[in-house]
Amino acid sequence: MDEAQSLVADAATRIFRDLGDPQTINGIDDGSWRAPLWQALEESGLTTAWVSDELGGAGAGMGAGFAVLRVAGEFAAAVPLAETLLGGWLLEQGSIVLPGGSLSVAPTKRGDVITLNTDGTLSGSARSVSFATEVDHLVVLAGDTVALVKRTDCAIQDGTNMAGEPLNHVNFTGVTPKQTAKLQNGVNGNALTMMGAATRSMQMAGALQTVLEISVQYAEERVAFGKPIAKFQAVQHNLARLGEEAAAAIAIASSMAYSVENMDTWTDPGLYLDIASAKIRVGEAAGEGGAIGHQAFGAIGFTQEHILHRFVQRLWSWRDDFDSEAVWAVELGRRVAARGGESLWHGLTAA
Amino acid sequence: MSVAIQFDPIRLPPEAEALRVEVRAFLKEELALGTFEPHASRRPNPEFSRKVGERGWIGITWPKEYGGQERSFLERYVINEEFLFAGAPIRKHFTADRQSGPVLIKYASDRIKQDILPRIIKGEVSFCIGMSEPNSGSDLFAASTKAERTDDGWLINGAKLWTSLAHEADYMIGLFRTSPSTKDNRRHGLSQFVVDMKTPGISTRPVLHPNGNHEFNEVIFENALLPLDNLLGEADMAWKQATSELAYERSGSERFLETGQVLFELIDFIGENPDNREAEGLGRLVAQLHTLRRMSISVAGMLHAGKEPVLEASVVKDLGTVWEQALPSIARDLSAFVDKDPGNRMRFEEILARNITIAPKLTIQGGTTEVLRGIVARGLGLR
Repeated sequence: MDEAQSLVADAATRIFRDLGDPQTINGIDDGSWRAPLWQALEESGLTTAWVSDELGGAGAGMGAGFAVLRVAGEFAAAVPLAETLLGGWLLEQGSIVLPGGSLSVAPTKRGDVITLNTDGTLSGSARSVSFATEVDHLVVLAGDTVALVKRTDCAIQDGTNMAGEPLNHVNFTGVTPKQTAKLQNGVNGNALTMMGAATRSMQMAGALQTVLEISVQYAEERVAFGKPIAKFQAVQHNLARLGEEAAAAIAIASSMAYSVENMDTWTDPGLYLDIASAKIRVGEAAGEGGAIGHQAFGAIGFTQEHILHRFVQRLWSWRDDFDSEAVWAVELGRRVAARGGESLWHGLTAA
Repeated sequence: MSVAIQFDPIRLPPEAEALRVEVRAFLKEELALGTFEPHASRRPNPEFSRKVGERGWIGITWPKEYGGQERSFLERYVINEEFLFAGAPIRKHFTADRQSGPVLIKYASDRIKQDILPRIIKGEVSFCIGMSEPNSGSDLFAASTKAERTDDGWLINGAKLWTSLAHEADYMIGLFRTSPSTKDNRRHGLSQFVVDMKTPGISTRPVLHPNGNHEFNEVIFENALLPLDNLLGEADMAWKQATSELAYERSGSERFLETGQVLFELIDFIGENPDNREAEGLGRLVAQLHTLRRMSISVAGMLHAGKEPVLEASVVKDLGTVWEQALPSIARDLSAFVDKDPGNRMRFEEILARNITIAPKLTIQGGTTEVLRGIVARGLGLR
């Protein structure tokens, strides 16, 4: 992280700490904390880090955006920050000026296809669109076109992810976008899936770090059998495993962010390897790390009044977004198999 | 570490990638000449090590006054990983290059350095590491082999056990007891020495692996006399000296590539059109391997920057050795439904069997899983 990225990360951390502290918001059932938090994020420009000044964004750059995402993961607050960053990035690829407000993107899975008809309407639907019922606009990739769509124009089914955040099936058929533009820079459906996977991977790395921190802290405080449970070797080794999984997640997510920041083309095999590996490996770490966190906290952590679920349930939901680790692994495995063993070594060392 | 886990995204610099091209060309040439057969040799290959030495690829980071080139640790990283991938016979010079040489540079007398380092660099001498004893494996501080200071030198008595390659090594870096441990510091009292294996009073006895391989040995010391200046660093203070060595020893590619041949061969065995199960298995293995390599290079970058990433290196070794240990079993499962012979069935099955039998040692040598997790737990503030 360079100095500018650190500054952005610090700014994000301050806002989340003041207005989105997990312990505080966990006790507020009516969600009244969300509007002030979102407003502060918007006013600081953090929600538009990936959009250039000319198009109405903060122009902070890819690296800064990933730094924000890591902080967003560390706090795991139910606001569409990642979705708005990603939506802004996609609009930028068609040079569409930011409409303001919150965004989400579609499609989020390789299998879903949305098309732009000659009459200017869209056809098709998308599964698993995060926060679709809440955001102001949806940014839709339809073939070689990016379309800006008003949320209220779409048919959206109710639904939530494991953490209770909106996760919706959205039908775009018959919807006329507010604006459309041809995608530039070689961006297509694959690139969107890659950027979405990159976004979620970084959020998960951040959330894993928090699971590690609160688990370690708890183990030092919780006394059982006459001593802090951190003194038991079985607990130490479990938490060491959690630390290693968090380390792996942070390492590959950081590497992936670096690759995106310095990329030339979306077809670069090294970029693909970094993003696919991040989504797969961080997803695996999310599975194991979340489970170890729960084991460390025991019954206390398995309650709504404790904050652990805020992180674990998001980890376990996010790993499904923009294709799960299994889907990514099959695709990566097919690519590797098609080229043979020696090519894999050349690919790994060239990445 | 609990506050901020840092594995910075390090990329190998252009000079390291340029060196990779040279190393690959060299390996191709030597293969064509028949100097070695990939992954086949269980024996040291003096000719190969000598040729590597001629290229200047042993001790490449070491000071020029001893014949080194003062090139970067990241360049060494590339040489190491290319040799490992190619299955090159590096056994003769590997230990000396990785850790014994750096220990000598840091702690040996000038006489020793002038005598031994140039010969390591030429690929002429090999080292073993004398740490474990019958009653001292993971718990190194229980070592009891004695070094007694006399007017003529250090008198060594006792035995080391499970010492890899002692029977072919020219030298050992040994850990011997020079004083009893103290009440408040049980780590006190051990010292590191460089030992010429031809010293009278030293004998080795093979201790075979379950598959009959001769790697381990018992090394017996009966009144073996070492020159006084063979002591490395300060007497009784070995516990303080070992730390940076461990970061080098624990974070390299050999901590996840030891069974790597299985993966590359598996890919060719499964062929171009894997089913979903095979493809998913391959994809996960590749993602895990790529992540390990990124982490390992990140640690190499920290070493290059002069840091002592002992904790991070322990993370890499635990994740890496557990991964390389599981790899042959996963490959066995993934290959179970390949019913045709893509041309390498015999070869694949032989490689698989060999690696399944060596797998258990991978999480023991150089720091067991349990020891490493203890170090990570300490890094997290739990101990």
